Amino acid sequence: MAYFASLNPAALLKSFPAGVAQGLIWGIVALGVYITFRLLDVADLSVDGTFTTGGAVTVMLVLAGWNPWAAMAIALIAGVVCGTVTGVLHTKLGIPAILAGILTQFALYSINLAIMGMMANKAVSVDKFYLVLSSRSVTQSIVIGAIIAAVIIGALYWYFGTEQGSAIRATGCNSEMSKAQGININNMKIIGLALSNGVVALAGGLMAQFQGFSDINMGRGAIVIGLAAVIIGEVIGDAIAGKKLNFAARLTCVVLGGVVYYMVVVVVLWLKLNSNYLKLFTAIIVAIFLAVPYLQAQSKSSFRKAGKAGRSNAGIKEYS
Amino acid sequence: MLELKNIHKTFNPGTINEKVALNGVDLKVEEGDFITVIGGNGAGKSTMLNAVAGVWPVDEGSIEIDGNDVTGLPDYKRANLIGRVFQDPMTGTAATMEIEENLALAYRRGKKRTLRWGITHKEKQLFREKLEILQLGLEDRMTAKVGLLSGGQRQALTLLMATLVKPKILLLDEHTAALDPKTAEKVLTATEKVVQKDNLTTLMITHNMKDAITHGNRLIMMNEGRVILDIKGEEKKNLTVEDLLHQFSVTSGEEFASDKALLG
Repeated sequence: MAYFASLNPAALLKSFPAGVAQGLIWGIVALGVYITFRLLDVADLSVDGTFTTGGAVTVMLVLAGWNPWAAMAIALIAGVVCGTVTGVLHTKLGIPAILAGILTQFALYSINLAIMGMMANKAVSVDKFYLVLSSRSVTQSIVIGAIIAAVIIGALYWYFGTEQGSAIRATGCNSEMSKAQGININNMKIIGLALSNGVVALAGGLMAQFQGFSDINMGRGAIVIGLAAVIIGEVIGDAIAGKKLNFAARLTCVVLGGVVYYMVVVVVLWLKLNSNYLKLFTAIIVAIFLAVPYLQAQSKSSFRKAGKAGRSNAGIKEYS
Repeated sequence: MLELKNIHKTFNPGTINEKVALNGVDLKVEEGDFITVIGGNGAGKSTMLNAVAGVWPVDEGSIEIDGNDVTGLPDYKRANLIGRVFQDPMTGTAATMEIEENLALAYRRGKKRTLRWGITHKEKQLFREKLEILQLGLEDRMTAKVGLLSGGQRQALTLLMATLVKPKILLLDEHTAALDPKTAEKVLTATEKVVQKDNLTTLMITHNMKDAITHGNRLIMMNEGRVILDIKGEEKKNLTVEDLLHQFSVTSGEEFASDKALLG
């Protein structure tokens, strides 16, 4: 009883807005993850590193007196470069995509430390510097986060509707066909990975400003959280409109997925569950959602079912 | 139009799985030729088409399409000259994309992919007209995902995509083999129509000797990585399956060993 008495509903309500703000930022990460995971059909693990890179670059430039928008633009470019490295490792050097992402992520740990002057974290105070958003002014953060997410959705909607963007989607769907249509699939994969990591690095820059510091570990698990947001967003989208969502609406759902994910985190924290278990919960949730489509297909057509049906028809005993 | 000179290709050289797939193929295809290609399993039919398409580099020899030496170009760089339809209906189209998006991709075959919008209003009109020719009702489902189509529909769509921009050479790699007989017949009829309408230079592999005889103006037979028979003109018109079998055993010194070719 003492536990329930200690839970304060007002505190939960109060922590929701900050949750929404952070959820939007993770939603932007999810937009980047969507490009690789859904459009290119590659799980790109470099984002764990590039999220931090984006945060580190933004904080260091702001500390050096840069305008935060300009700093985030540079962070985005840094992300594009990192994604290009993964793309080149994968396409030109023949390293499997997952391994290429892991290598980039691993290398970025050192690079991120170097960016932050060999420090594990760097603070940037909203009192001393002009920042785009901050946990001090949550409402403003939500507005800015939502606007940036909307702009990115618009940009991605446009880009993936162009000839080049269509070629990237075709590459992710069917590389044989793409080559037969004269598409350079290696270049398309590199562009897709670069774009994805650029978006994620930008999100890293936003997160660092929101929390007031960049940290060498801030990107740990970004791929899993991004995947969680993508999957939750798709479930929401299917629930609302079935499979008939257009691309922009689907991306919007992905951002919403990030918000819903973070709401769950807020509730978990409010329940005073040990937040050290958060990553375990997230992993379990993602594993369940990734497994459900497979298990659904299995339940329709499985050996066990076929065996049962066969036995009941023939009236024979199970082979063992 | 297409000239293959002394093409050699060996897979897995120096290993226990070494396989000489093409062993000195010489072939000169004239403009407007519709050539049917037959031969037993492992004769090198598909390998020859893949060599033309540029799936991998050849070991020896040269390939010229319409006066361009393409021997040193990978597939995507020679795609502007070539239209392809594959045996597997899944291979030629992008399942998660719409019918009109697939056509728009094909409409830009071999062109630089710019940042212009991927499909224009005018193109949609053109695609609709082209789809009507297939008589599959696809013109009313242009925004449907290709993954929803049947194998036959996908194959017909792939055929349309391969010929939307007139290719210098059309490569059909047993493109009806995975379809049921009725659908195969339909796709074959559509093929005949498209090829004749644009007078396309075509290479069509088939396992079916009857089809090989009925279609096209020229027939080649392959065995052990070489072209062993090349029949054209009047001689082709009067050809029978028995003639072919006889020719095969005379030229190759063995019996034609493929039930599928005889029965299909």
